[in-house]
Amino acid sequence: MTAASLETRLKASPAGGGAAARARMLRSLLPALSLALVLLAIAWLNPRAISYFGFTLMLNLAIPIALATIAQMFVIAGNELDLSIGTFVGFVGCVTATWLKDAPLVGIAVLLGSIGVYALLGALIHLRNLPSIVVTLGMSFVWQGLAILILPKPGGKAPDWLLSLMAFKPPLIPFPIIAALVIATVVHIGLMRTSYGVILRGSGGNAAALRRAGWSLLRTKIVLFALTGLFGVLSGMALIGITTSADANIGNGYTLLSIAGVILGGGEFVGGRVSPIGAVIGALTLALAASPLLTFMHIPPDWQVAANGAILIIVLAARVLISRKER
Amino acid sequence: MASLRTMLAKPWIWSFIGAFVVWLATIAFTGGYGAGGMITAALSLAVFTVIVGVGQMFVITLGPGNVDLSLPANIGLASAVAMKVMDGNDAMIAVGLIAALGCGAAIGAANYLLIWALRIPPIIATLSASFIIQSIDISYGRGLQIKPPPGFADFTNWQILGIPVLALLTVVFTVGAATALQRMIYGRSVLAIGQNIRAAWLAGVNVGRVRFLTYTLCGALGGIDGALLAGYFRGANVDIGNEYLLASIAVVVIGGTSVAGGKANVPGVWGAGLFLVLLLTMLNTFGVSAGVRLVLTGLIIVGVITAAGGEKAVR
Amino acid sequence: MATVAAGIANRISLSMPKANTDTRLDGAAKHFGAANIDIIRLDGAEKHFGAVRALGGVDFHVGAGECVGLVGHNGAGKSTLMHMVAGTLVPDSGAITVRGSAERDYSVPRALELGIRCVFQELSLCPNLSVAENTRINHPSLIGFGWRRKAAELIAAKLDEIFPDHGISASDIAGDLSIGRRQMVEVARAFTLTEDPLALVILDEPTSSLDAHTAGQLLAFVRRFVASGGSCILISHVLGEVLQNADRIVVMRDGKVVAADAASAFDRDRLVATMGGAEGHQRTAAETRKAEAGPLRVKARPARQQDGKELVARAGEIIGLAGLAGHGQTDLLLAIFAAAQRARTGIEVTAPVALVAGDRQSDGIFPQWSIAENIGIRSLALLRSGLLISPQREAELADFWKNKIGIRTPDMNNNIYSLSGGNQQKALFARALGSDAGIVLMDDPMRGVDIGTKLEVYDLVREEAGRGRTFLWYTTETEELDNCDHVYVFKNGRIVANLGRDELTEEKIIQSSFGDAA
Repeated sequence: MTAASLETRLKASPAGGGAAARARMLRSLLPALSLALVLLAIAWLNPRAISYFGFTLMLNLAIPIALATIAQMFVIAGNELDLSIGTFVGFVGCVTATWLKDAPLVGIAVLLGSIGVYALLGALIHLRNLPSIVVTLGMSFVWQGLAILILPKPGGKAPDWLLSLMAFKPPLIPFPIIAALVIATVVHIGLMRTSYGVILRGSGGNAAALRRAGWSLLRTKIVLFALTGLFGVLSGMALIGITTSADANIGNGYTLLSIAGVILGGGEFVGGRVSPIGAVIGALTLALAASPLLTFMHIPPDWQVAANGAILIIVLAARVLISRKER
Repeated sequence: MASLRTMLAKPWIWSFIGAFVVWLATIAFTGGYGAGGMITAALSLAVFTVIVGVGQMFVITLGPGNVDLSLPANIGLASAVAMKVMDGNDAMIAVGLIAALGCGAAIGAANYLLIWALRIPPIIATLSASFIIQSIDISYGRGLQIKPPPGFADFTNWQILGIPVLALLTVVFTVGAATALQRMIYGRSVLAIGQNIRAAWLAGVNVGRVRFLTYTLCGALGGIDGALLAGYFRGANVDIGNEYLLASIAVVVIGGTSVAGGKANVPGVWGAGLFLVLLLTMLNTFGVSAGVRLVLTGLIIVGVITAAGGEKAVR
Repeated sequence: MATVAAGIANRISLSMPKANTDTRLDGAAKHFGAANIDIIRLDGAEKHFGAVRALGGVDFHVGAGECVGLVGHNGAGKSTLMHMVAGTLVPDSGAITVRGSAERDYSVPRALELGIRCVFQELSLCPNLSVAENTRINHPSLIGFGWRRKAAELIAAKLDEIFPDHGISASDIAGDLSIGRRQMVEVARAFTLTEDPLALVILDEPTSSLDAHTAGQLLAFVRRFVASGGSCILISHVLGEVLQNADRIVVMRDGKVVAADAASAFDRDRLVATMGGAEGHQRTAAETRKAEAGPLRVKARPARQQDGKELVARAGEIIGLAGLAGHGQTDLLLAIFAAAQRARTGIEVTAPVALVAGDRQSDGIFPQWSIAENIGIRSLALLRSGLLISPQREAELADFWKNKIGIRTPDMNNNIYSLSGGNQQKALFARALGSDAGIVLMDDPMRGVDIGTKLEVYDLVREEAGRGRTFLWYTTETEELDNCDHVYVFKNGRIVANLGRDELTEEKIIQSSFGDAA
């Protein structure tokens, strides 16, 4: 009796990926559905809000939130997490309201330098195999400290060009909606359609496979972190363009909002499964649900944060239900 | 074997050495003035970090991705609950403490419920929970100006020979935690799950129960911490727990616990807690501004994790 | 049965006419400009992982237009060797020569540049990317406008060529595909051609997830590829595949090459003997121990069982679970394990259960712990005195099993990874046997374990069964079934036969495993 004569192989399961693909499809619709639901609720509670002016007002703050969410999405695509994006946005805000206005060259240099710091963090995390949660938690203190050093008291003023950009009133379609479309499209093309975007997402999906194919994981991590820095800078600038002046604590809530936005938008924590369009939709949903909806529902602002948490939990629960059904 | 032991002991030794160096630097700056008082103050303040740090340590030891981000909100809510229940009345101190403990434990249990029912990573579960807790706290604690009962406030500040009693009690507690970790079924189970959750299940560990207990324990410790903080700082406050998110994770990491899970270190939490507090004292003594203090704190944490990290998680 | 027959028919007869072989070499020589220069050659390659020697001075080479079969048991060092050829692992010592020129800094990009590619045993697709995007990962030159279309066409054409009726779209997300289709994509991807040359493809268990029909398609393609001057290394546990498709066969054992010869010089028996599978191992003269019909310990029906068949195990019995790998044996063991903790319908368990894992890395070992702690984890409740675990009792338990099962270590407080693989497995046995479990589940625990350890453990299992313990033993090695009182044969997640000790023959098992029934 030999061991060999019994050997043969596993049968491939004949069922294809039809069910899995359907579940994925349904899940990818979930962000849009939640946004539609929130919009419907607003329309029902206050029909006047559904207007050019209403959207401009309601979605104003959605632009920086969407940018911060996109920033967070890039690190999540690489299976990392940035707990410092909120204070980083605050830091950028302080730089924008001071140096960028008073000494534009210095301001630009500082902002570019901060993107460089992000790239370095990516390198550090990869080379030393560090947990990004701890590193970025530490960095959140650094950015906050720097923000306080730059702007000890709330104040400063946004550069005029930024103010006029953020106050732009295009015909027919409100600016925030155009901005959201532009952000979603640009990032979607960059991350989902370009050949290097594939590599960036692949590094989150199966890093070992990428390394075997000869790609540098150090480089993908640096690029992902630098992109996070870049969009963090854009978010901070957009925020100051709207609020006109800065405060060292202005971005603190963005860390949690951005993570929630990515998850709401169908992103997953591990596996490189992210969606730029979904992330922007998630950010819009959060921005709408957090304050306008609650105001219309006469819910005190105390519960604003809870609404974000509740939405997150509801959407995650819906996801679980969908994947159970498909099984 | 002996050399191996010392090697293993290294991670937490460093945190104490760090604390000692910082203390020396400070008294060198002050010319020896206030050396003792500084230790007393450091012990008093480190207690709060150590208590939540131990809870966070058990959670982190459960393995990659396990972390409790709801601690600050938890501490804030529990402090309000404790103050409201005690209502400035010495007779109600015990009841208030139990209420805070129960509040924290309930939050911890809710955290695990989310993780288990929604099958989501603990980071997101505790994050969503913290959103909601924060709102409850804001709404519940609005305008809450209740002072702690005098007896409770005195207790949190009580010292014997310059050593805070609370610190002594916390030492007893941490010894207990260390024993539980190494010598009790619960602790062994936590370590096993952190190393390999599937192997732990197959070795007969009740994975679900241990994880549930761990999140509940961490929540309960956050709750009791909130009550003690409110006593020490004479009043509850929504933001009272804010710094303990970073602090609880930082003391775990600086204390030599593996972020990859399965390897924990209780003494290191004490060393790291003292280190952080003394560091702040030093920076205050040097007269640096709040901004510089924050920057340095952050950089030190990044520096420590960079120095401590680098060990590839053993498969 | 029909599919299997078709698959075998697909695998064309091995004996290539000699003249044919010669012309092939000529073709290769023309192709590469020089005859008899090896595509790759490793001399004295060595590799250690910690204390474990994975490779001890291996000489290995692949000629142009040659298909080299590489066989050996798990842990024999095949994968380590292939990682070196592919550039993912750097040998501790030894030289790598590609087409006659020495390679100093051999790496993955260098290997790809030289046309050496690998399909690894672990699936290396990114599950979050589409089939076309996964193709792009292996082709740095697929960039710029229209790369998606180019990648899709590239992979679709190759899939069509190798697996004509594959049913895979280039836009499918890899994670949504069945494991078999993922393997097809991966194999096809390795043969796609853009800027980098293609000289040698390593196929590490390329058919492990394919059915016989697809496997036949793949092997036929491999032969076409080799005939056109390409080279190939074929690693497979299905010895027939290697014997029929390789020109030359290299056999590895314990990190060394123990034989290398033309495929025609081997037959199945010689291969098995060289691999060290059953050599010198007398059929276990198990004393005909008549197990008294003890009390019922386990009664379990597989989830997919439709007829009334179920697994029944009584105290003191050793029950074998046989059949082809992955046909529901492990699933049933895990279901029984779970049922011992929380009641389940269809499964009855009347005693505590312990499991001996076959996949030590993922199911058994706690890497940060000592040997003693790894043994004690299943018995913590028994090791307590009061609330605390007694270090003394833990040490006693460890020392008892160190002697009883013969764990070779100077100190049970050493880390578990200080042990060799076989001794790690013994520690896992000690964990289960040292516990209070009346039922021991064994999930093919002898994978990659040396014969000496095996024989020791067989004796121990019989001894423990004599004391009333029940063993449920899933094994992929047929001779192990000789130790069992009776054997359940599995097919497609169901029990298809229950063979008593006296009717247990390999033919019976094969017949049941391949039978059309169920």
